[in-house]
Amino acid sequence: MSRESIVNAALFALLIAVPLGALATDEPFIITLATRAVILALAAVGLNIALGIGGLVSLGHAAYFGIGGYAMGILAFHAQSYTPLFEGPFVIEGTKLMPIIWLVAICGGALAAFVIGLLSLRTTGVYFIMITLAFGQMFYFFTISWPAYGGEDGLSIYVRNSFPGLNTLVPIQFYAVCFVLLCAVLWFNARLARAPFGLALNAARQVPHRVEAIGLDPVRLKLVALVISGAVTGLAGALFADLNRFVSPTMFSWQMSGELMVFIILGGTGRLFGPVAGAMLFVLLEYLLGGISDYWLAFLGALLLLVVLYGRGGLVGIFAGKARNHD
Amino acid sequence: MSLLSLSNVAASYGASQALFSIELQIGEGECVALMGRNGMGKTTTVKAICRMIPASGTLRFAGQDLTRLTSDQVARLGIGLVPEGRRCFADLTVSENLIVSARKGPWDIDRVTRLFPRLKERQGQRASSLSGGEQQMLAIGRALMTNPRLLLLDEATEGLAPVVRQEIWTAIDELKSGAGLAILVIDKSIQELRKVCDRATIIERGRTVWTGTMPELSRAHSERHLGV
Repeated sequence: MSRESIVNAALFALLIAVPLGALATDEPFIITLATRAVILALAAVGLNIALGIGGLVSLGHAAYFGIGGYAMGILAFHAQSYTPLFEGPFVIEGTKLMPIIWLVAICGGALAAFVIGLLSLRTTGVYFIMITLAFGQMFYFFTISWPAYGGEDGLSIYVRNSFPGLNTLVPIQFYAVCFVLLCAVLWFNARLARAPFGLALNAARQVPHRVEAIGLDPVRLKLVALVISGAVTGLAGALFADLNRFVSPTMFSWQMSGELMVFIILGGTGRLFGPVAGAMLFVLLEYLLGGISDYWLAFLGALLLLVVLYGRGGLVGIFAGKARNHD
Repeated sequence: MSLLSLSNVAASYGASQALFSIELQIGEGECVALMGRNGMGKTTTVKAICRMIPASGTLRFAGQDLTRLTSDQVARLGIGLVPEGRRCFADLTVSENLIVSARKGPWDIDRVTRLFPRLKERQGQRASSLSGGEQQMLAIGRALMTNPRLLLLDEATEGLAPVVRQEIWTAIDELKSGAGLAILVIDKSIQELRKVCDRATIIERGRTVWTGTMPELSRAHSERHLGV
């Protein structure tokens, strides 16, 4: 068993132990915090597929996160107000069913990533960062000026959406739903990284023109990675909106994209559990330091600086040593 | 009919023209040496064939016009490249380097590792941890995994120890005689090229100046065009 596997197992055990401990001591707030960490980790795992394996520094991933959030918000809003979402030759109703909302969020995130990818993958480096940022901001300003769904004030959903057989209003049950989804995506990510597609994507990150010489199109590989990444981040967005029972344009903000990137850098870029470790640390610091000072983000900034300067493998790297697939 | 046919090929790096008029023919199962002094356009010719740089003139492979294709399409058509300087995917293991380029055909990991048994011993090792010779074997193996009809070897033995160099030449000979691959070899060792290749093309300042069979390549040609 490698050191990284041990670190991953420890993080996995924490994700089980913390909410169970909170349940035993009757601390529902801790379960909600853990749920927040799991959902943010899921979003960061999505970004890590593009960034960690494909080397795509996307500063517009909040777009997919927000699309997922608004997919949930819009569908739930129409369901709770008993108004149809679309009226024409046929009628589309809203829904409060999580699986349907997830499907819409996944498809929405994937579709947006496909369109954004088609345009942005013509560029590389700083230009790619800027164009993805621009797309994120485009969605942000669009939702601000979209009065039908709350505009700048956002949209409140009164009751959490439902999952067949579960009472999602019970914090531990909603946590279980999010945790299972995170595990499924982590499993998929691990398989993807070892599959020929993941290996080719990794190779395309290292030397794009050499990948062409073996008959693969690096732009197509990166586009597929971006679509998968957008789908996962969209799913996380729907869960995040469900957790807060609220969606607003801030889900699309560049700060959100930046936070997702911070989780990955803190935890370890390209590491399977890096985004999980980063999101857990972020939520913990937010909880502990946020109570001490309003300027807690300054502490986070200092920590990030230390990680970038002295621990480039992130939190996972500090305990597990150098990554196998990263310089 | 030639498998690869280049006629009046010109290519530039921006404003600087590197190729003026390249003529080159390679038939099925034929091994051709592309010779010339440093900086005469040998690697640029390989890049033009693989569409890594834009080129004008006639470039045809198996009857297809290469100028209309992208690099990856050229590779899928059946042209395998072993680039100068090896350039393996450093972060991937030996097996992963081979898996990543695998296409349907007679070449698979087993056959590649039979050709280069050292790669079998190093299967789980990262490419960056291999010796120069092993990396070269991996680069050749990776190109073979694409199941090419034509293999382009750009300075495949450069900077290697004599023993390893000999292993590579033995493998090239086996690829030509055993696997029946068409091969274009760029190398400085005229002695080895004479043993393995059927024909040679010499280029000078971006132009083809001589083409003939290996026995026809006289000392006078070598001294005049290659300086050896």
